[in-house]
Amino acid sequence: MFGLDLTAYWATTTLKVLVVLSLIPAGAIILGYVFLLKMMSWMQSRMGPMEAGPRGSLQLVADGVKFMQKEDIFPARADRFVFAAAPIVVLMSTFLLYIVIPAGPRLIVEDLDTGIFFAMAVSSLSVLGILMAGWSSANKYSLIGALRAAGQLIAYELPLVLAVVGVVVQAGTMSLQGIVKAQAGGEIFGVGLIGNPYILTQFVGFALFLAATQAELTQTPFDMPVAESELVAGYMTEYTGFRFLFFFMGEFGTAFAFSAIGATLFLGGWYVPGVEGTLADILGPIVLGAKIMAIAFLIFWIRFSFPRFREDQLQAVAWKYLIPLSLVNIVATGILKVVF
Amino acid sequence: MAEIPGLGLFKGLGVTWKTMWQPAVTVPYPHVKEAPPTRARGVIALKEENCTVCMLCARQCPDWCIYIEGYKDKAPPRREGGKPRTVQKLDRFDIDYSLCMYCGICVEVCPFDALFWSPEFEYSEVKIADLLHDKTKLGEWMETVPEPPPLEAGAEAKKGAKK
Amino acid sequence: MVATTDWQKSAYIAGQAADARVNVELETEGMTLNLGPQHPATHGTLRIVVRLDGEQVVWAEPVCGYMHRGYEKLCEVRTYPQVTTLVNRIDWLGHFANEVPFILAAEDLMGIEAPPRAQWIRTIFFEMARIANITLFLGDMGVQLGAITPIFFAFRDREHVLNLMEAATGGRFHPNYDRIGGLKEDLPRGWVEEAKAAMKKMRGFCDEIEDLLMGNEIFQKRTRGIGVIPPAVGLEYGLSGANIRASGVDWDIRRDEPSPLVYDQCDWKVWTHPDGDSFARYWVRLQETREATKIVDQLLDSLPAGSIQAKVPRIIKVPAGESWVHTENPLGEMGYYVVSQGGLGPFRVKIRTPSFNNVSITPWLLRGVYVPDVITILASLYFILGDIDR
Repeated sequence: MFGLDLTAYWATTTLKVLVVLSLIPAGAIILGYVFLLKMMSWMQSRMGPMEAGPRGSLQLVADGVKFMQKEDIFPARADRFVFAAAPIVVLMSTFLLYIVIPAGPRLIVEDLDTGIFFAMAVSSLSVLGILMAGWSSANKYSLIGALRAAGQLIAYELPLVLAVVGVVVQAGTMSLQGIVKAQAGGEIFGVGLIGNPYILTQFVGFALFLAATQAELTQTPFDMPVAESELVAGYMTEYTGFRFLFFFMGEFGTAFAFSAIGATLFLGGWYVPGVEGTLADILGPIVLGAKIMAIAFLIFWIRFSFPRFREDQLQAVAWKYLIPLSLVNIVATGILKVVF
Repeated sequence: MAEIPGLGLFKGLGVTWKTMWQPAVTVPYPHVKEAPPTRARGVIALKEENCTVCMLCARQCPDWCIYIEGYKDKAPPRREGGKPRTVQKLDRFDIDYSLCMYCGICVEVCPFDALFWSPEFEYSEVKIADLLHDKTKLGEWMETVPEPPPLEAGAEAKKGAKK
Repeated sequence: MVATTDWQKSAYIAGQAADARVNVELETEGMTLNLGPQHPATHGTLRIVVRLDGEQVVWAEPVCGYMHRGYEKLCEVRTYPQVTTLVNRIDWLGHFANEVPFILAAEDLMGIEAPPRAQWIRTIFFEMARIANITLFLGDMGVQLGAITPIFFAFRDREHVLNLMEAATGGRFHPNYDRIGGLKEDLPRGWVEEAKAAMKKMRGFCDEIEDLLMGNEIFQKRTRGIGVIPPAVGLEYGLSGANIRASGVDWDIRRDEPSPLVYDQCDWKVWTHPDGDSFARYWVRLQETREATKIVDQLLDSLPAGSIQAKVPRIIKVPAGESWVHTENPLGEMGYYVVSQGGLGPFRVKIRTPSFNNVSITPWLLRGVYVPDVITILASLYFILGDIDR
């Protein structure tokens, strides 16, 4: 087309970047609508937004437009550059997560050999963004929120990574495509029908992953940093307009990404039994999407049902219960891997 | 409290799961409207022919939101050959609904049953000044005044029409 | 404000010295945080000034008055029916419960007794006001702790009680139903059946909340052992209602004081809890709600027939005298001291509200407590701003 070589590196990269850039708001909107607006409402005996679009489906789009057209306010004593940069740092760490998530045998931005390691490393960049946001806001509430968030996110990085290590040990590779293929090629007691999704053997790891993801996303019961009834909005208090939109998109985009990673690590990713080649490229995203919804459902169900932990209880849960449990999980996985 | 640690957490999840499948209790207001009960205090209606401008309602209102002006007029005598009677008629009877507390003291205190409660509540206005309902508008509300509901078993029937 | 007079100047210097002394004594800079007056956690416009050392509270002081509406002054220049209307709005969640002690005080001064049917219905409505009020607390405590779902259940199920009130009195939030000598008008037909059905639903709600919130391990971790009030300290500060019963003090005005309300005509119990922490306060209120539904059921069954209003003159002039009546309101002990000089309205009314005393314990209670626990404690004490500030 136009004499251009579409398989050239820059062409494919541009395409991939565009897809990822459009996927994040799309994913955020879908997750936000289905779970935050509708599922939460039905759990609370109410209907949720119904007016904007059919059954309220365009509500988040309307919210997005509303945020974009708001005045860009800087608190008087805020550090302007850091204040402006903070949401971008958070959003950037979300974008980087999408690089390694596979949606089909050939649908991945870059199949890094250190796939999951890269994902874990990059997701912890958001801590920096949160600290920047809280500190530069020149607001006591934001500061308290940011410090709580930093402590919490750092504490829960460990169970997250250690839970993933169990999967890596069992799969033998850190590349996410490799993990999908390992699950696809596996067998459950000799029956190879649906492969061997790691949730069956790594159920402890799955539970730890869910709990740690809940904490990484600062969702209840681990949402002390954004405790709405105490600190207004924690580190995000002073943010309005499109900067707040960035935080919001970052939160839901990361939820989407982590659900995708969880689906890939534990539920088998895009693998559809018996489907190969181009058909897998078409069906893969749909299957992955369904698995993402399942995991996101769990995450949000817990979010809407429980009260929140206090900061020290939260740390106690991480350091005294989750980390030892994940270490035991790794040891058990290692032993079983060698034995079987 | 729970024998199995974590049982309370699962019970809580069960409650939200169960509620998710039950229909929502929201009544989507402008599309579906619920009728308020008969006695609901929505708006006050004025029956002008009963009013004798005694000013009791305006005096007893805690907010002083009723504005009354009257004039004296002559009515025909009750019997043949009598003197014409002096009656008071209304010049102005306004209720300011931006002040009204919906307490009902005026309706209760009127000795001549000129004021009635109506459950009508959809009369919001864009300008506050439009919330001052004059006697024509108050007379129009009379059409919406329902019959008083029948009383519960064991109640004594009211002698007279005191509400 | 520029300090001009000598008094102002020395007051300013004294304030600065006091602050400096606190800083020197504590050897820490500390952060002074203002919870409120606009804050999601304080139920209304209450301001609590806390000084923090890290996450721990070193000193706390509530500043009330942001919602002062001048009730006692208003009562001096209003007639008795007008005061009854206004008084609904002191504790706006337990609406009818505010009218009752005032009306009972006026009846005491006039020497009038309301007929039995009126006393029965008064008690039923009093307990329903309690249910409406405490149900909101059961959900609201969840919100303060981060569980956003129970409060919707609370609002949803509270509607049953509010609809009953509207069917009988015309007003959902401010019934304005009590009159000197009885009640305004009798109940509409079918009300008793609807009320029994509503009470059943409220019991269902209590069970649901117990499963969703009270049995939740996270909730228990957040509330057990937090904000313990020893009974002696509670009594010293004048706590009343569920707050003091949760510290083990067996005191309930409904049972202990004679009153025209018919609590002795039904079989019910007073709930206490020995712990005195936030969980105990929540637990006691949950049991009280269940007990209130049982009281309403019993009273509905035994409702006597008869007239709803005793004979009172059209224009009510209460003879001179003084009367003090207090009742067990949903928030605690509420009382009215009515001084009459024979006029159309009271000469002076002193309103003793439970939340004012309940909030006065916060300086003692909040010392050494973490910031999230401050929220838990304030939520568990359960005050309504209209009740504090009047």
